[in-house]
Amino acid sequence: MIIPDKKGHFGAYGGKFVPETLMPALSELEKAYLAIRRDKEFQDELAYYFREFIGRPTPLYFARRLTEHIGGAKIYLKREDLCHTGAHKINNSLAQVLLARRMGKTRVVAETGAGQHGVATATAAAMFGLDCEVYMGTDDVVRQSLNVFRMKLLGSIVRPVDIGSKTLKDAINEALRDWTTNVGSTHYVMGTVFGPHPYPMMVRDFQSVIGREARKQIMKLAGRLPDALVACVGGGSNAMGLFYEFLRDPLVSMHGIEAGGLGIEKGKHAARFAGGSLGVLQGSKTYVLQDAEGQIELTHSVSAGLDYAAVGPEHAYYHDEGRIEYTYAMDDEAMEAFDLLSRLEGIIPALESAHAVAYCLKLAPRLGRDKNIIVNLSGRGDKDVMQVAKIKGVEL
Amino acid sequence: MSRIKNTFRKLKKKGEKALIPYIMAGDPDLATTKALILEMEKAGCDIMELGAPFSDPLADGPTIQKADLRALKNGTSLSDVLGLVADVRKESAIPLVLMTYYNLIFNYGEERFVSDAHAAGLDGLILPDLPPEEAGVLIPAAKEAGLDTIFLIAPTSTDERIRLVSRLSQGFIYYVSLTGVTGSAFGSQSSIEDAVRKIRAVSDKPVSVGFGISTPEQAAEVAGMGADGVIVGSALVKVMEEHLGSPELIPRAAGFVKALKQGLRGAGRSESAR
Repeated sequence: MIIPDKKGHFGAYGGKFVPETLMPALSELEKAYLAIRRDKEFQDELAYYFREFIGRPTPLYFARRLTEHIGGAKIYLKREDLCHTGAHKINNSLAQVLLARRMGKTRVVAETGAGQHGVATATAAAMFGLDCEVYMGTDDVVRQSLNVFRMKLLGSIVRPVDIGSKTLKDAINEALRDWTTNVGSTHYVMGTVFGPHPYPMMVRDFQSVIGREARKQIMKLAGRLPDALVACVGGGSNAMGLFYEFLRDPLVSMHGIEAGGLGIEKGKHAARFAGGSLGVLQGSKTYVLQDAEGQIELTHSVSAGLDYAAVGPEHAYYHDEGRIEYTYAMDDEAMEAFDLLSRLEGIIPALESAHAVAYCLKLAPRLGRDKNIIVNLSGRGDKDVMQVAKIKGVEL
Repeated sequence: MSRIKNTFRKLKKKGEKALIPYIMAGDPDLATTKALILEMEKAGCDIMELGAPFSDPLADGPTIQKADLRALKNGTSLSDVLGLVADVRKESAIPLVLMTYYNLIFNYGEERFVSDAHAAGLDGLILPDLPPEEAGVLIPAAKEAGLDTIFLIAPTSTDERIRLVSRLSQGFIYYVSLTGVTGSAFGSQSSIEDAVRKIRAVSDKPVSVGFGISTPEQAAEVAGMGADGVIVGSALVKVMEEHLGSPELIPRAAGFVKALKQGLRGAGRSESAR
């Protein structure tokens, strides 16, 4: 079965739940995307920027000290943290901005939580000379003031969103409202495998470069396919980017790690598969953290990039199919993994990626020494250093 | 015949346009909402559009977003709104239309909702984030229950989509007068006139125009462009917001509705004189 279908459904999930004003724009986007998917000139140009601007391919790095410390399966890190701007987000932002330019759009808007997608989009917009406005909840603006300043340095306008939970969810609402208002001139650069069709499909495709590279690299390093893949799941773009290339290899197990926050209680986590139910939010039908009525609940995670009430519809599909296993790591487990990777490997991971590392610490001994695991190290931790210091009670 | 259809028919005979005010149920509380509906009916409201609050109203501008939050803060649920409809229905015969977001209906259960809504005396349903393509369950269920599903056409809609929405919309067709969210600045006149003409060419269902209409003069202008109904939401909610906690709230809101209806009456006459 090819998913999504023509209407953008991944089985029971996905779709296009948006105001009529945006329906023609989504059709136009889908048409333009399907055209560039087969267009050699576009793909060559994209490959050029992936290589020369982002620095792809990113290494697949054998984490020797971590592997020895845990005493189990060999752990390989897919180093998306080495991408320009510090996370996998730039793969998608750059490709979408390139597409927007081809569509004749002069302006892009984006949402951001931690600021990584905002910075990536601001970067791509600067490079291609498009106007860029980034919506960001006022709580996040305060928490991530460094990224706010980075976006401004890159020539973007940052629009604080001071309503609702004042975080990522509200930033998406506001970006969608902006797109609704300026749909003629503007492209909305959605940052993850979420939202209305064609975004989940398109963002997955743009991120699937991660898995294509990893597959070649592990074949070269280990001479065979990996036994397990591990990635954190907020909206789920880094996970889908790594997993997609391996979905048809039944012996490769896949593990998506959500944010368990402080525990699976209302408002204290962002583990949609553990604590959510089927709903429709911001264009997509999927697992959502909501009350019995369908009002969207507040979420919590130490990592702003995982702190979101819904998960990408393709993840929901593979969850039900049993193809991908979903579990969660708690705030403190992620913090421990953050410390451990920093000290053992000299790599400070993003708090998002630290959730994947945290799960890997449990999985590796279980699998045994003759097995291989690839962990997607989706971003670097520079952006989190201030917050970690604060949690540890260290004054900088 | 549906109550909505009947209302448009009667108004047309009189040479009048439908005034469709929008307020949020539970803003500031359900008792006030009920009293308001009854007062607005006296003031000239022909069809009442009632919002049910949602945490993430992405088609709405700041004024209605704040009304959502006020109504949610006092715990207004979709069931409460249906209870309000049943209560109002005992004292009023005007059509009542619910405007909310799909997730609430989806969680309630689409089939269960249309049946409960019809039993309560609701006449129509507007879900701005549910395009007809995704309404495969709702449309037949609503039809079976006798509830009108009202879909929207926007300035960006292609001819193909105008035909699709016109065919599937029941009760009336909702034309969004501008490219944007509720409460934005008034749209361009010529584009509204063109759009209404385009819809008329493919459908004989009533066309109501909303988004961005905030004064009696603008309401009259839109009515003069051939629309059958005019929807005013944010401007009315704003009048309420300015009088929250004051005994003036209901008379002021009703006064505004009265002024809007007077504007429409003037327009109806001048159009039929043309």
